[in-house]
Amino acid sequence: MKNSISAGGLTKWFNERVSFEGMVEHVKHKTVPEGKHFIWYFFGGSALFFFIVQVVTGLFLLLYYKPTPASAYESVHFIESEVAFGWLIRNVHAWSSNLMILSLFFHMFSNWFTKGFRKPRELTWITGVFLLIMAMGFGFTGYLLPWNKLSFFATKVGTEIAASTPFIGDFLVRFLRGGEEVTGATLTRLFAIHVTVLPLLAAMFVGIHLYFVQAQGMSHALGEKLGKEMKFFPDFVYREIAVWSACLLLLAFLAVYFPFDSVFISLELQEKASAFDPTPMGIKPEWYFMFMFQSLKYFPGSILGMDGRVAAVMFFSFGALVLIALPFWDVWAHREKRHWFPMVVGVGILIFIIVLTTLGYLDTGH
Amino acid sequence: MDQKENVTRRSFIDKLVLASGIGALGVIGYPITKFVIPPEQAEPDNLSKTVGDIGEIGKGEYRIFEFNRKPAIVIRTGSDAQSPNSYHALSAVCTHLQCTVQYEKASGQIYCACHNGRFNLAGKVLSGPPPAPLKTFTVDVRNNKLIISVESA
Repeated sequence: MKNSISAGGLTKWFNERVSFEGMVEHVKHKTVPEGKHFIWYFFGGSALFFFIVQVVTGLFLLLYYKPTPASAYESVHFIESEVAFGWLIRNVHAWSSNLMILSLFFHMFSNWFTKGFRKPRELTWITGVFLLIMAMGFGFTGYLLPWNKLSFFATKVGTEIAASTPFIGDFLVRFLRGGEEVTGATLTRLFAIHVTVLPLLAAMFVGIHLYFVQAQGMSHALGEKLGKEMKFFPDFVYREIAVWSACLLLLAFLAVYFPFDSVFISLELQEKASAFDPTPMGIKPEWYFMFMFQSLKYFPGSILGMDGRVAAVMFFSFGALVLIALPFWDVWAHREKRHWFPMVVGVGILIFIIVLTTLGYLDTGH
Repeated sequence: MDQKENVTRRSFIDKLVLASGIGALGVIGYPITKFVIPPEQAEPDNLSKTVGDIGEIGKGEYRIFEFNRKPAIVIRTGSDAQSPNSYHALSAVCTHLQCTVQYEKASGQIYCACHNGRFNLAGKVLSGPPPAPLKTFTVDVRNNKLIISVESA
């Protein structure tokens, strides 16, 4: 038989249907600029790696997790102590989420400073910012799921901040909580958002983001002379595989030697959530929310007649807008010029985040 | 040529499909929007609640309990367990971002661990970001039971 199953025959069969060769041809011509900014090209890849880890470990956790107030805490405990390697899966999930967000921060700021958003890559930047916001949304919704004291109060504060959004605040907070208070209804809602809404959206945006990167090729850092280029395949891919392997090793090392809860969460905060306990001393959010959490302490009750919380929400919404719109207000970059203004704003945001995060960790409340 | 003849079969169908599409979106969107907003629950209207026996809270101690589905705090500052004046009862919901406050014996203040809000025993804001005072409740002692009530306006 002519069409017998052989590797060649199979390739041909697919080729006639999906133009496999076209893709191979595309990848063959893809290159990555070498130079002093070379290292920054790996952070998008590491974020993607951690995202894949999140999807896989998340699916495994779903086999045992139960999203109700009566059993959420117990089921997480069950995963950690009874299920074979449950502790490993859960710790990898917790650590990977943090490393993913860390990768995204590096990826974003490196593109801010190397001007990776220059025409025609504005939409790549915007989808990227949305992916960062989604990653933080994953973190926020995932935080409630263990239903411990930290989960409960973090969600209470986080959703209450939404109440200060002008005009739609009341709707937003009721929508997020599934009622007036943080209850079991909040748990099922945020669970649904964490395991269905956000993964679908994120997968879609990752697809669009990667499509742009493939279609438009790698950006050159602004001001960098067009010089040596590295072939994407196999040269860059092999290096990327090395980076992914390092990520996997780091993840395994952290998950095995530093159980997430015992490193970051006090014993008191690890107790089961109860609506009628005082908020424990020294309560802190995840590090990537710390700068916002700490800022909330400095906004007074009212500023120039405006509610301090509303002012805080507007302040951070403005920050998000500045970030999303960067390709449109850094008009100098499109003319291949470096201007001090976007540089100062970028460095300013970095310093703001670092200083407030540090203050947050130093704050003992007394 | 008459204006009306510009309407071709194609453009008519286009408009019809567009209009039906918008209509369908509305018909599907309305119940979905309504569905995701949780139903209103009746406002709880307990005017008072028995918190427990007077001996349960020692001098300088406090207790948090549920009152109309929200946390409330009772603090005992006086020596005389029988006297209502030995107690202070307030809403335990911080007016900043709804964390649950606690009593700090050392300073004699009510403290919120989330963003360092501080209140005095009358609920007044002393420092930090809270924009409004804590609501206070009336304390009564009857048959050795501690009862707190909503203050009459």
